[in-house]
Amino acid sequence: MSVSVTLTVNGRSVTRSVEPRTLLVQMLREHLGLTGTHVGCDTSQCGACVVHLDGRSVKACTVFAVQADGASVTTIEGLAAADGTLHPMQAAFREHHALQCGFCTPGMVMSAIDLVKTNPAPTERDVRVGLEGNLCRCTGYHNIVKAVLAGAEAMRPPVVPAAE
Amino acid sequence: MTKADGIGASVKRREDFRFLTGRGTYTDDIDRPGQTHAHILRSPFAHARVKSIDVAAATAAPGVVAVFTGADMAADGVKGLPCGWLIHNKDGSPMNEPAHPPIVIDKVLHVGDQIAVVIAESRAQARDAAELIEVDYEEMPAVVDAVAAQAPNAPQVHGDAPGNLCYDWHLGDQAATDAAFARAAHVTKLDLVNNRLVANAMEPRAAIGEFDRATDEYTLITTSQNPHVIRLLMGAFVLGIPEHKLRVVAPDVGGGFGSKIYHYAEEAIVTWAARKVGRPVKWTADRSESFLSDAQGRDHSTHAELALNQDGTFLGLRVSTVANLGAYLSTFATSIPTYLYATLLAGQYTTPAIYCEVKAVFTNTVPVDAYRGAGRPEACYLIERLVDNAARELGIDRVELRRRNMVPASAMPYQTPVALQYDSGDFHRNLDLALPMIDYDGFPARRAEAAQRGKLRGIGFSTYIEACGIAPSNVAGALGARAGLYESAEVRFHPTGSVTLFTGSHSHGQGHETTFAQLVADRFGIPVDSVEIVHGDTSKVPFGMGTYGSRSLAVGGSAIARAMDKVETKAKKIAAHMLEASEADIEVKDGSFTVAGTDKSLTIGEIALSAYVPHKFPLEELEPGLDEQAFYDPKNFTFPNGCQVCEIEIDPETGVSEIVKFVCADDFGRVVNPMIVEGQVHGGLVQGIGQALMENCVYDARSGQLVTGTYNDYCMPRADDLPFFAVKYHEEALCTHNPLGVKGCGEAGTIGAAAAVMNAVVDALSALGVHHLEMPATPQAVWQAIRAARPSQAA
Amino acid sequence: MYAFNYHKPGSVVEAVALLGQNEDAKLVAGGQTLIPTLKQRLAMPGDVIDLSGISDLSGIREDGDGLVIGAMTRHADVVGSDIVRRRIPALAALAEHIGDRQVRNLGTLGGSIANNDPAADYPAGLLGLGATVTTDRRTLAADDFFIGLFETILEPTEVVVSVHFPVPERAAYAKFPNPASRYAVVGVFVAKTSTGVRVAVTGAGAGVFRETAMEQALSAQFAPDALAGITIDSAALNDDIHASRDYRAHLVTVMAKRAVAAAS
Repeated sequence: MSVSVTLTVNGRSVTRSVEPRTLLVQMLREHLGLTGTHVGCDTSQCGACVVHLDGRSVKACTVFAVQADGASVTTIEGLAAADGTLHPMQAAFREHHALQCGFCTPGMVMSAIDLVKTNPAPTERDVRVGLEGNLCRCTGYHNIVKAVLAGAEAMRPPVVPAAE
Repeated sequence: MTKADGIGASVKRREDFRFLTGRGTYTDDIDRPGQTHAHILRSPFAHARVKSIDVAAATAAPGVVAVFTGADMAADGVKGLPCGWLIHNKDGSPMNEPAHPPIVIDKVLHVGDQIAVVIAESRAQARDAAELIEVDYEEMPAVVDAVAAQAPNAPQVHGDAPGNLCYDWHLGDQAATDAAFARAAHVTKLDLVNNRLVANAMEPRAAIGEFDRATDEYTLITTSQNPHVIRLLMGAFVLGIPEHKLRVVAPDVGGGFGSKIYHYAEEAIVTWAARKVGRPVKWTADRSESFLSDAQGRDHSTHAELALNQDGTFLGLRVSTVANLGAYLSTFATSIPTYLYATLLAGQYTTPAIYCEVKAVFTNTVPVDAYRGAGRPEACYLIERLVDNAARELGIDRVELRRRNMVPASAMPYQTPVALQYDSGDFHRNLDLALPMIDYDGFPARRAEAAQRGKLRGIGFSTYIEACGIAPSNVAGALGARAGLYESAEVRFHPTGSVTLFTGSHSHGQGHETTFAQLVADRFGIPVDSVEIVHGDTSKVPFGMGTYGSRSLAVGGSAIARAMDKVETKAKKIAAHMLEASEADIEVKDGSFTVAGTDKSLTIGEIALSAYVPHKFPLEELEPGLDEQAFYDPKNFTFPNGCQVCEIEIDPETGVSEIVKFVCADDFGRVVNPMIVEGQVHGGLVQGIGQALMENCVYDARSGQLVTGTYNDYCMPRADDLPFFAVKYHEEALCTHNPLGVKGCGEAGTIGAAAAVMNAVVDALSALGVHHLEMPATPQAVWQAIRAARPSQAA
Repeated sequence: MYAFNYHKPGSVVEAVALLGQNEDAKLVAGGQTLIPTLKQRLAMPGDVIDLSGISDLSGIREDGDGLVIGAMTRHADVVGSDIVRRRIPALAALAEHIGDRQVRNLGTLGGSIANNDPAADYPAGLLGLGATVTTDRRTLAADDFFIGLFETILEPTEVVVSVHFPVPERAAYAKFPNPASRYAVVGVFVAKTSTGVRVAVTGAGAGVFRETAMEQALSAQFAPDALAGITIDSAALNDDIHASRDYRAHLVTVMAKRAVAAAS
């Protein structure tokens, strides 16, 4: 039995017929060809599959595609501008060498952006705790934490002096 | 002076854009037309006879294309997986090398062993059908611990390996070592376990096999650190495919740490099956499957003794190790507890007599092979734990004891008593750099302040040396390696002056696309963006040995340097011709070829253009083209070394250890890209810290089940477990025997860190009388140690 | 995972009916436990009933001397709720330590308590605060709701609608997380209410339980030192590679003291 699922993925509406047991990450990777979202574990811990579902970070391996029917999904492919200009968080990851093999990177960036959205000026500790749902085996997290702190700074709107 | 994108510059990585935008191409991201999906049925038992396998129901299940067993593969002439390193016993006889079929025939030897493969239209259908395979098992007693496996009545893993022994090997001068102990004023003894680990690269392994009936050519796309090695092993030994008909591609690979060096059964299964079913076959591991099928690391049980005279001078080291190899011999398993371990037992010290014996043992566990550091972390941990205990027992400051025994820079090159000759190194300098970074003098005050808060504070040192840049092929061959260990490179200038660089090394996080381009940029004065790096495809790059053992820059980079030498030689000839000068008069600097004493000069770009448009070439003397290849076989190992210091605070109420400070001062020889080097150190440190404080691969002693088979039980380090690190390096003791003066940096952090952390933990607990603790020092383990030492305060 | 039929009812009544019609059906709320279980093929429901389409199951509101939190309210919404932070900050703090950020963005109160994982955090919050669970057919005191290992008093077709939390005088939750899974090895919720002190322990045993000796001691004197003489019997506690019975028993005392200190 298949079900029809319609999502708005990175601003584009898509409809696919999938089995109910299809996970959101499978729909993204296998049905929509968006392979930037990765699968690093099968117990919902590693965070390689993190995407934004209606603006909140979730593990796409722990949501059925059909549960997301009608929702808006942002993946790593949807962050940079069409001309290749990186999102400030992506740019911070590059600037601070916060990635090595790149496999955890999409999930790490998506988690970091969500973290900064609810906490625009995080401390080092906030960042470390905020990334507890994402595993990285390459970087020792040192440069990731630096990048998220820098990315948060870059994402903060400039302080505009109050009008007289 | 460092050029903007030459050697020594922290050039931002060129590979980052694709990874940051989700445009990397990992094996599982690839789908081939007509592709089928494989699911591998794995043994639920650690040790059992397979009496029968009935695949009828599975074969008839929806979407199933085929089901194959070990018998099907054997009937087709498929051979077992080979071991790449032959070790000889003490008596000179060869090791035991039991069969290692890609799919078992009649006996399973560990939980996760391959029973059958189901190939279906979808991954879900393959897995659904696999549950319909009926296997009649006769369960047998299992043994998972290597020491237990040596007991007289232990279950026998292989019929042809009596006593579960693979080999009984030794190294060093036993008589001289015994004599040293006989005259020692003091002997420090320690029994320790180097706990088993799981590499856990974040990308699970995957493989796609493909066969083209029109050309008779096979393609294997796989998560490998060394595609040529896979092509050689699988083609020549397992499937009997000639190398010109087998292409192996390792695209973007999501971390390896050793676990993706080896030739795995799944690679042979999908490649073989692709021909059987006439369609591409794809397999991707679940993480749970990775825990049961990726080669694991470490797992040594060791008794060690250090002999010292009264002033603390090391006289001798005696080591006896039992190494657990798991159920089968993985590709390089046999070399790890021998030539990558015992040869490093001198460490940074002048210990004149060393003797090490190693028994390697089969058990009903997942095979064990190299994991980041591979043998060297085991050696370092043992030495540095002994040194700390010896310092305490003799009442000598641990830094002072290390200083007294370190090989002085003036003694280089230094011949150790365990085969290696260190070419360079300034160990005292590392220590001198590290001490102010950690403020060693201020430690007593920090400890007192922590005590006021009820915390136990400890400081731990580790000095390490590793043998990298494997390896001189003649040396490796004499020690049993069944392969050469050189590296290849081809530097191809294009007519417009840009370069494609083909390397036999493989990048799976190391940043070769950036650092290797820097080598070319530095040499020829062209921008890094004019250099494209090609790697990981046997149809494109010359035969290469791949990336492991911190060898890429030391061996692969040296091959690039040699190829660039050849390019320069050729370019000089062309320049001489074009400038109508003698070749001897051409001076080369930063890619400019100038007639000495004149302003007549050509850039490498102009030379490249004329090389491909050779209108006036004297073709008898000068070939067109500017495209050179080199194979580099190192003269010696390289010896990265350093000093790490860890400061830790323990909450005695809960046993939780918090790393409050971690510093290291390293010598990696010449550093090409400091940003990347520091990143390698950070990551390496955390794998060592993980081993020391949280990671542990545990099997149930009775059933042989893997207890820590998911991230719910195997504790991976997370961001909130760790501090920032302070990392320094010096370039005062360059490698003397390779063209770049480089040593390697990939494993250094891991090799030293476990010892530094555990020395800090033991130091924190030493006032309670705790003098050793096994890894990992989990909160429970620390609390238990405190309770045992000081019942009243932990109860 | 195994194939299943998917249902998305629009009301609790419809959900209850679907449960009645499909014997081995499972409810999915946030899915953060169910989906990993299904992925490991540890359960084989023929039907999965998604509660996310029932809008009146979500939300947080003040209700007299307490708070009412809908069963489908996500952990992240409890963490971020001004109402919860103001009235029962200990509950927001508890929710903040469930799983990780992504789990909290989907996981729900109702899903957590209906599953009653012995290492889950919310059961300690409910039992510690003396909460009341409202289902489609009745109200249940937390003391009666949690039965044992993954077991509650819920009937097979019963659906949790909301939980009423009385506001305590003071309360705190202290959790010792499993270093690997981050579930509670031991979690202790301590609340001082107008009717006495309640101490609820999760992670340590087969299910959440009250530690009455501690409650009595703290009723006499609400201070960490009041717990000094109390020994936790380790015999019935969990024992695994991460924590032995003795270690868990010890941690119950340590976490209880820390919770009391935080609540004082």
